[in-house]
Amino acid sequence: MGPQQDTAAGRELPQIEKAPRRSFNLEDYEALRASFSWADARRLMEGLPGGGLNIAHEAVIRHARGARAESTALLWLGRQGERREISYRELAGEVARFANMLRDLGVAPGERVFVMLGRVPELYIAVLGSLLSRVVVSPLFSAFGPEPVATRVSIGQGRLLVTSPGLYARKIAPVRDELPTLQHVLVTGEVAAPGTAALTPLLASASDEFETPETDPEDMALLHFTSGTTGTPKGAIHVHEAVVAHHITGHYALDLRPGDIFWCTADPGWVTGTSYGIIAPLTNGATNLVLESEFDVALWYETLASERVNVWYTAPTAIRRLMKAGPEAARGHDLSHLRFMASVGEPLNPEAVTWGQQVLGQPFHDNWWQTETGGIMIANFAALPVKPGSMGRPMPGIEAAIARRGADGGVDIVQDAGVEGELVIRSGWPSMMRGYLGEEARYQKCFAGGWYLTGDLARCDEDGCFWFVGRADDVIKTSGHLIGPFEVESVLIEHPAVAEAAVIGVPDATAGELVKAFVALKTGHQPDETLRRSILGHARQRLGPAVAPKLVDFCADLPKTRSGKIMRRLLKARELGLPEGDLSTLEGDAR
Amino acid sequence: MSSPAAHMTLIREILAGIAPEAADCDIPGDADVREALDLDSMDFLNFIIALHEQTGVDIPETDYPQLFTLDGAIAYLGQHDRS
Repeated sequence: MGPQQDTAAGRELPQIEKAPRRSFNLEDYEALRASFSWADARRLMEGLPGGGLNIAHEAVIRHARGARAESTALLWLGRQGERREISYRELAGEVARFANMLRDLGVAPGERVFVMLGRVPELYIAVLGSLLSRVVVSPLFSAFGPEPVATRVSIGQGRLLVTSPGLYARKIAPVRDELPTLQHVLVTGEVAAPGTAALTPLLASASDEFETPETDPEDMALLHFTSGTTGTPKGAIHVHEAVVAHHITGHYALDLRPGDIFWCTADPGWVTGTSYGIIAPLTNGATNLVLESEFDVALWYETLASERVNVWYTAPTAIRRLMKAGPEAARGHDLSHLRFMASVGEPLNPEAVTWGQQVLGQPFHDNWWQTETGGIMIANFAALPVKPGSMGRPMPGIEAAIARRGADGGVDIVQDAGVEGELVIRSGWPSMMRGYLGEEARYQKCFAGGWYLTGDLARCDEDGCFWFVGRADDVIKTSGHLIGPFEVESVLIEHPAVAEAAVIGVPDATAGELVKAFVALKTGHQPDETLRRSILGHARQRLGPAVAPKLVDFCADLPKTRSGKIMRRLLKARELGLPEGDLSTLEGDAR
Repeated sequence: MSSPAAHMTLIREILAGIAPEAADCDIPGDADVREALDLDSMDFLNFIIALHEQTGVDIPETDYPQLFTLDGAIAYLGQHDRS
């Protein structure tokens, strides 16, 4: 039984109270909600002389010229045990080199740079250097296969890509011909394969001084791709003004303070890893710890203890694996520096929240947001009691509600506590997406009556705490990542034996959901293990392990509506053993 | 079912089921299979679960790093597989 079922069933564990012994950035929630204004939050930014605002300037440049210049901005722990500390002053120099290099290469403000790298220092330098020079940056997850990369670079009309020689050979070279806008591919290191240029010498020859250009707060800054039920992935546009929300949510929802050692375990290929794995810790003057390695129980506990991590932002999949390793794995590690633990990506099951309290000495604080919201919207705050399984309360400055969509396309706000409906957020906060690139109609469908419609189903209890119920559409949440079924199905049906495909999420104790594919075969093909592996291999090669299905089942006939649309919800109901009859009413307004 | 050769066959068969596209590739014994086969953390977890199911060997989470390479996995099974 997955975590979503736990919370949906309303099984509640006792509220976890907080000892009134420490000061927090947010102490009196109600008072701050009453007094908070985004204009005040904006004034915490240094800004630019002409009234502009630039994310990289706020994250790096202002600190490099101030009291924090020699403090560690980036603490990088490499896969081979390397340890590198980069001060704000040094980071500013590297970021300036990247910005100058872009200018030298003729990449203009507003054009798009894609970055596809593991968690190496060059990734952080490339993202911040692009932002500083007003070039729009889009980080891509390194576990994407060639297909998702090609789709995203095409939609974004990428002009330049930064990657590694290995990733280039495996993921980019096979689709390079499909990407005519891509003029430059830069690979990390000194040696460049044909068709690429080496990043290290280019950076070395660029100047380490770059005056922050006048940047309109509404200039496009970041492009984060996300998935819907239908159609291609959507490139959510975020602007430089978003830094106001990155900063203040880091301050209040993550309790970040200057000098903190902060560890966000998310990869910058996903929005959490950018908003909170790059920007928020730096604007707040913290040390941003980056661990290159993938999840490893012993290494994670060692990192928390030996690096004296103060604030830790992680995800349910990782927490459930720590639980599986048992309390003995945590024993012997000194976690006394750890002041605050938060989780995001999918609802954290109540047991995991309570486990944090019992084994690590404090609860995990779940919070909720999306690619489109750019920053944390609803959170369990450090100073407030935690109801295990709840996503918490809205950030000061954020109005959240439960709504029903009316027949006329409008929304009716549900006033009664405990009633399920769609989670909606009053539009107009700084990190709200400003569009889906090139898809105005899909963007407009996300708003009604002054509210942003999240597509998540939730309820709000009598104390104003929100509880996640499920998705209103068919997107799959696996290991905290959103996967669109259409993107997976499109690749599956390109296998020569596959006639039709439907992709759903099936509950998994660790990942929340796993991507499962049902395929109907063309006549003349036998549903056997050899063919199953052939289809799985095809999908993995094209999509990469992050997007490809983990499970492939044969299905003689996929259930369809009269108009021929595959009914994923019916497949899912059958898979979960749920009644099929009333499912038509669940069919969401897919967008 | 406890010789290194038998373990190697078993490991390769399990990996071929998880990442069939890489079934024929020649992985050096000291290479990290996660990188060599482009396995994500769920793939690797499924590899461990399958090893456990087919050998009966209990593999606690904290031991997972010992199985990141083929050499390491064979040595680990050699030590713990008493079947």
